[in-house]
Amino acid sequence: MSVGPTPPPKLQVKALNCPGCGASLTVRSFGNAVTIVCDSCHSILDAKDPSLQILQNFKVATDKARPLIPLGTRGKIRGTDYEVIGFQRRTIHVDGLPYSWHEYVLFNPYKGFRYLTEYEGHWNDVSILKALPTVNAYKSPPTVTYLGETYKHFQTAMAGTSYVLGEFPWQVRVGETAEVTDYISPPRVLSSERTGKEVTWSMGEYMSGADLWKTFRLPGDPPQPVGVYENQPSPMKGDVQNVWMVFGALLLALVVLLIGFDVSAQNKQIFTGSYKYDSRQRGEASFVTNDFELTGHTSNVEVETSTDLDNHWIYLNYALINEDTGQAFDFGREVSYYHGYDSDGSWSEGGPNDTVAVPSVPAGRYYLRVEPEGDPGYGVTYYNVTVKRDVPQYSFYGIALLALLAPAILLTWRSISFEHMRWAESDHAPISSGGDDDDD
Amino acid sequence: MTQPTGTCPNCGAKIVFRWSSSVQTVCEYCKSILICTNVDLQKVGEVADLPPDSSPIQIGTEGSYNHKGFVAIGRIIYEYAQGNWNEWHLMMHDGTSAWLSDAQDEYAVSFAAPGRKMPEAGQCRVGQRFSWDNQEYAVTTITNAHYRGVQGELPFQYWDKEDVLFVDLRTETGKFATLDYSDEKPALYLGEMVEFEDLALKNLRSFEGWS
Repeated sequence: MSVGPTPPPKLQVKALNCPGCGASLTVRSFGNAVTIVCDSCHSILDAKDPSLQILQNFKVATDKARPLIPLGTRGKIRGTDYEVIGFQRRTIHVDGLPYSWHEYVLFNPYKGFRYLTEYEGHWNDVSILKALPTVNAYKSPPTVTYLGETYKHFQTAMAGTSYVLGEFPWQVRVGETAEVTDYISPPRVLSSERTGKEVTWSMGEYMSGADLWKTFRLPGDPPQPVGVYENQPSPMKGDVQNVWMVFGALLLALVVLLIGFDVSAQNKQIFTGSYKYDSRQRGEASFVTNDFELTGHTSNVEVETSTDLDNHWIYLNYALINEDTGQAFDFGREVSYYHGYDSDGSWSEGGPNDTVAVPSVPAGRYYLRVEPEGDPGYGVTYYNVTVKRDVPQYSFYGIALLALLAPAILLTWRSISFEHMRWAESDHAPISSGGDDDDD
Repeated sequence: MTQPTGTCPNCGAKIVFRWSSSVQTVCEYCKSILICTNVDLQKVGEVADLPPDSSPIQIGTEGSYNHKGFVAIGRIIYEYAQGNWNEWHLMMHDGTSAWLSDAQDEYAVSFAAPGRKMPEAGQCRVGQRFSWDNQEYAVTTITNAHYRGVQGELPFQYWDKEDVLFVDLRTETGKFATLDYSDEKPALYLGEMVEFEDLALKNLRSFEGWS
């Protein structure tokens, strides 16, 4: 390689003095700086002019914004070192209220510029797009497609620059505005900035403040994020899908179980008997039934009591007794049925029939001992007792279904309310936004 | 391969061409702009001091694009509202030439695409679409720039320019086009946006405080 007599010099960081107040300035982005802002007197200077002509002076409101990451700080983002060289506050107005966010200009002499944005503790790592997204303006809300991913329109607003500090690779002025449109597909956001002559597209990716504090080695803790940000990834997003997939799998298992037991169940009537109970008669009311055979594997026994009760009650003490072993299953059933008319119309409570399942009864010869009790003043009650073997119990499946459904519904509800909070800040907020949620 | 050589008609320095098809070069010693004629080199002008720029690329920077090696052998420097940008003239190792544009460290590689239909200079608006080679491009930037100087070898005569107009276009797939209205005959360049690291550049400039 032939070497010329004047090889290009190593590029050096320049130290300059502000022509407005004499304060020293550091140019960190070499020849890329277009404007540089004096921190002492808030003069915006022409960095391309050797005499640093003052382009604008801006007044600083009382809420002077300070960058959380100081100018000159370096950190690694996606494997590349970047230095913070500029800072600006931008403000939009929605329904007359100002909302401000901060933008940090990051620089690497080989890779160029990158940006960080911060709004109420929510951070985005932003870079300029190299390709053009496709805007589907006919959709409602409009969407854009970029690299196969669809982004939904979130907000369009005029953003004004309200505070600047450090250096910028463009002509920055306080008061200048651009139309900023955000399209989201969390954790990413596509933004277009439109001025008269130019449209610039950038992509932001949601970042945790903690990660930034680590890479820039900042003291203390990052500010706590407030609320839900437009492209903040939902902490429930993957979980909701998973919980429904697990629910589906368990539901399937449940159905298989139910069909299996239903098909294999004997569901057989073993015994039935008709009886009469007169509550006015003194003496021993208890009796035993004829014996009957319970076959098959250990399974349940269903005892059904049907009565002719009318505005009255009866109490039945049952014992299912194994003739060979003497093992007894004791259970009591109250059957009561009341009905009538009042000012609200007809009413009823309870019913004349009752069914109970006795679980895990081994095979063998059994009989029932029955001891009815009743109001001594009532009189005669006729009733039937029916015994069935191995009856499928559907209530178990109902309870299991609810137990499975509860976490899935809870998570889905939390996810929906997260999305609700996200979209409440957008141009497509539900009409009730800002107000209280519906009462029950 | 023997490189064509000549003598600077202004200062007598030896001029070595890296690329046999170069039409213009700048004497590294006296900054004379030299045009290759059939017979010898002819001085047509002089380059004033180049503006300070901070492109990491320099004459002699090597890299590769689409598995083809290249070396930067010349450049045109423009000035626009955002500062300077460089159009680096690349000599590809297969003997063709290409351009690497570096505007604030945003890089694009493009190739001259002669013979296509082009809109008139005043016709373009941001967002307007044009098609070349079955690819639709949208206008993203219209740049009024100012010619600031040349360095090294170029494939055409380029000097004594003033204000120039460029129209940049992009596609959904990262392709890139430039309409160059700096000459009487407008020129079209087609290419794509590239990532710095994909060019595998060597022999770059160094920056104080950055390794």
